[in-house]
Amino acid sequence: MAITLAHFLVVGALLFALGLVAVATRRNAVGVLMGVELVLNGANVNFVAFERYGAGGVAGQVFALFVIVLAAAEAAVGLAIVLALFQTSKSIDVRQADLLRE
Amino acid sequence: MPPRLRSLIAWAAVSALVVLFVAALGTVAIAPAVGGAPASAAGQGGAFAAIFYLLAAVTLSGAALVAFARNIVYSAVGLLAALLGAGALYVQLSADFVAITQLLVYVGGVMVLVLFAVMLTHKITEVRISNRSFGLVGGFLLLVAMGPVLLSVALLAPWRQAAPGPLAPTTAAIGDALLTRWLLPFEVASLVLLATLVGAVIIARKELKEG
Repeated sequence: MAITLAHFLVVGALLFALGLVAVATRRNAVGVLMGVELVLNGANVNFVAFERYGAGGVAGQVFALFVIVLAAAEAAVGLAIVLALFQTSKSIDVRQADLLRE
Repeated sequence: MPPRLRSLIAWAAVSALVVLFVAALGTVAIAPAVGGAPASAAGQGGAFAAIFYLLAAVTLSGAALVAFARNIVYSAVGLLAALLGAGALYVQLSADFVAITQLLVYVGGVMVLVLFAVMLTHKITEVRISNRSFGLVGGFLLLVAMGPVLLSVALLAPWRQAAPGPLAPTTAAIGDALLTRWLLPFEVASLVLLATLVGAVIIARKELKEG
């Protein structure tokens, strides 16, 4: 059975779903950030797959590149926030992070 | 009933639900989707399909590890597998430049950041305790609630499809596109990266108390 667009879309959908599960269920802030990375990767797989099997051109790949750039920026800022949170409250449990300052 | 047995039964029930769902989807949805798809490109033989399934398995098992592993270090390794698998899938989609970028930025940069954060925010002995998730059963239920919607959209929607061409390098075309049609987003992205650089340093540095 040949690989079609639907195969890649299924992989993207499952990546998205698992990432959202990680975001929703993790208590660890780093785990939440990992879930966000998975969600963005699922979207990226869809972008590239649609470009390959549908539209043609390179617009999908350019979008994927921008998503990668923004994901890297998000990871850097997110992990910096996690470290700052850990310095102030000695915990990165997202349920205890309810203060904007000490 | 001991809680361990109860959680085991819940696990079994939820996995049975997932299996039932996948089986139903396979019989109902796959057939029309395959019937409507155009013929695949030349050179897409059995090896291509086998490699795809292998990579999809690596990617999705890594993602499942991220979502369900109790130890945060296992989650990080799962994220590594998921990112590597997704990068390899880009190669199969003839997106070589995106694949290399994924390798450099995600596996080389983001993964190192994540591992740094894991190691900096935990004493090794606390690793098991501080990554409890809200509940595996709740996570599975969310997955069962969300999976059908996404998968039915992916499989049932009448996507406009064209037979893909042969695998070819796209780096030159991407460079042209980034400096012509997507020039403004390209420059804005560089500004975002600069702001991120400054912002991350400001947020993460230690506050120096005066006096």
